[in-house]
Amino acid sequence: MSNSTDSWSRFDRRERLLRFFGLLAGLVILVAAWRAMEVNYGYAVTAPRELADLFGRMYPPNVGYSRKIVGPLLETINISILGTALAIVMAIPVAFLGASNTTPNKPAYLLGKFIISFTRSVNVIIWALIFVVIFGPGALAGVLAISIRSIGFTAKLIAEAIEEIDRGSVEAVTAAGASPVDVLIYSIVPQIKPAFISVATLRWDINVRASTIIGFVGAGGIGVPLQTEINYFNWEAVLTILISILGLVLISEGISAYLRKKVM
Amino acid sequence: MLTVDNLEKTYDSGDRALKGVSFEVSGNEIVAIIGPSGAGKSTLVRSINRLTEPTGGRISLDDTEVTGLEKSALRDVRRDMGMIFQEFNLVERLTVMENILSGRLGYLSTWNAFRRNFPPEDIRRAREILSRVNLEGVENNRADELSGGQRQRVGIARAVIQRPKILLADEPTSALDPDTSREVMSLLTDIAHEDDIPIIINIHEVDLAVDYADRIIGLSDGEIVFNGPPDDLDQAARDEIYRGGESIADREEPSAGNSTDADDVIAERGD
Amino acid sequence: MAAESGSTVEGSWERPTVFYNKKVKYLIYGLILLFFAYSFWNLRISPSRFVRGIGAGVELITSMLPPAYTPSQRELLIQGIVESIVMTIVATTIGIIVSVPVAIMASNNLSPKPVYYVGRSIVAVTRSLHELIVAIIMVKAVGFGPLAGVLALAFKTIGFFAKLLAEEIEDIDRGQMEAITAAGGTPVQTYLYGVLPQVMPRIVGLSIYRLDINLRHSTVVGIVGAGGIGITLLNSFDKYDYQFSMAIIAVIVAIVMVGEGVSALARRRIQ
Repeated sequence: MSNSTDSWSRFDRRERLLRFFGLLAGLVILVAAWRAMEVNYGYAVTAPRELADLFGRMYPPNVGYSRKIVGPLLETINISILGTALAIVMAIPVAFLGASNTTPNKPAYLLGKFIISFTRSVNVIIWALIFVVIFGPGALAGVLAISIRSIGFTAKLIAEAIEEIDRGSVEAVTAAGASPVDVLIYSIVPQIKPAFISVATLRWDINVRASTIIGFVGAGGIGVPLQTEINYFNWEAVLTILISILGLVLISEGISAYLRKKVM
Repeated sequence: MLTVDNLEKTYDSGDRALKGVSFEVSGNEIVAIIGPSGAGKSTLVRSINRLTEPTGGRISLDDTEVTGLEKSALRDVRRDMGMIFQEFNLVERLTVMENILSGRLGYLSTWNAFRRNFPPEDIRRAREILSRVNLEGVENNRADELSGGQRQRVGIARAVIQRPKILLADEPTSALDPDTSREVMSLLTDIAHEDDIPIIINIHEVDLAVDYADRIIGLSDGEIVFNGPPDDLDQAARDEIYRGGESIADREEPSAGNSTDADDVIAERGD
Repeated sequence: MAAESGSTVEGSWERPTVFYNKKVKYLIYGLILLFFAYSFWNLRISPSRFVRGIGAGVELITSMLPPAYTPSQRELLIQGIVESIVMTIVATTIGIIVSVPVAIMASNNLSPKPVYYVGRSIVAVTRSLHELIVAIIMVKAVGFGPLAGVLALAFKTIGFFAKLLAEEIEDIDRGQMEAITAAGGTPVQTYLYGVLPQVMPRIVGLSIYRLDINLRHSTVVGIVGAGGIGITLLNSFDKYDYQFSMAIIAVIVAIVMVGEGVSALARRRIQ
């Protein structure tokens, strides 16, 4: 700290040195990373031109094609809804395990936490790959992949809601002589209902997005025709599909936001 | 009739909150428990229905010994004890009607509880009691739409619908303003008299205790130091409860009048 | 009794429902059930197919264990992971830098209406498309390799970062900006002294969070050819080399979990 009264700086000498070296280290990491990528600068330079060329070939979208994608679009919606519903069913017990105030004992708590962490770490595409190998290509693999992936997210948020409940009303109902299940129904469930609906719609919204791409590895949905059209360089059809996906996502986001606001 | 025999409670932290407390409550007595903060009043009241688990001693309600009971038998006994809480402890998001009916959960099967299938008798009584606590017309309001005083009256209704043999109130007025506190105290004592059941009220406003109680129990540092009618609660008795026996004159520091300042007591003892 | 419509002291009570009335509620429940039945049928899951699947599942798991790799596979694995990590760093940095002006554009308190709408549209579009779709497009535009992946991840980062940053900006205290302007500061100075300090903690927190998310995504964009370990994983599946697949998945999970742990720790220390 500076002792003289007529000089002041925002950081003292030690902090300044730290900030300097921190910035330097950050830059070094960045440059090292960039160089490690071995970017082909030829490609990088032509990138904007290539992108523009691509968009030129995409536009105008092939409107007539849209009739063909109604089926896959519906399948995508189906997958997202079923996947989310299945995930919720599986996530509820996991949430009670992973909430410090409802878990029976320490190992159960750790198990709950582990399940939550594990299912969040593996990407939905990897799960889709696995389930396609097991159940064959199609929407079944997609639904399972989406549901397993969603367990972690859903259970974590529900567990947080469970941990935040007011214990007072739980005590009051217990004091009147209610069984633990009654306490659950009457005091815990009403308190977590808003969070529950909120989490469910939020996850469904995210799952709509995920459902659009699991088709790339054969797990059903609009991803399948999308990949086909890309491989055949039918760019106008690709744009049509992209626009439809955009529309689908925006609608689902709107529904999700509306439902979440109503619940508050 | 409630019998408390040598009740002990030592918390895990080593804090000995109750040191051999014994007393009886019978008929339709209104018993107020007073004492400084940390004396063990709340622990005592909550031990009676074992929300706080005692570490020693016995509690009996009529012929049933409460302290030894297993879970499901304990639930049956709790049905006979109606409790009123300082923070009301209603389920905020449920309606007033559901909150009151939750007092009857001990008599309802799980399936019926889920379907909210309460017997018509219970619903009739719920409405009568609502009227009795002056809360007609709000049965379909959510609990969190009510004021503090109204919420406490719902809490009282919930306890009364149990048809309890005894009422337990843990600082029922601490979260309310003075006028509402008096309303609630009147209501509690009226109900106790009308239904002919005893009520134990844990309270820290001594004036309210004196005005409404038939008997006062003074708790100090985990022990009963006073057990008698309010008329006997003179200054010496109050000093005993709140200052460990020292009167204002005995203390060296100047004080600000006749306040029973628990903090001073603690400072005195060097806690 | 107060004359509220319908409140005679009778023994029936209906829980008020959030739907218009009971009929609507059952109708909606019925529709939902119907929808599920339809979706289920649509999936064409026959019990035999499911059972066969379980068998195949067990077979797959046994063939995946124990995870194993040859020395040359180990090379590929390390290269892939390093590439993913590297892509994460570059993409997050680029993404954040571009996000800041977009966030300012998308804040209704700092930008005029037309600019605001442009900003919000950019955010909406970048958020709607899944990173794999963006990755495929980038691959078609700039060829296979990490550059495509970096562009895709940066693209998604903009959507995420700009949206949350814009929300934070819209919450700032305008008074601080006004004070700088009133003292004669230039627009840049107003941002530097009046906006930046308020949103800096959020920027740091979001950056750490997004690094973690991008790390996850960087492990899979390779599946469509955009660099990273994803392509190695896909190849191992195609070649039925399931033990290697398991090894790769295990490494991915480990890296992601470590990243998440570090991220959570760092964010907590910032608070």
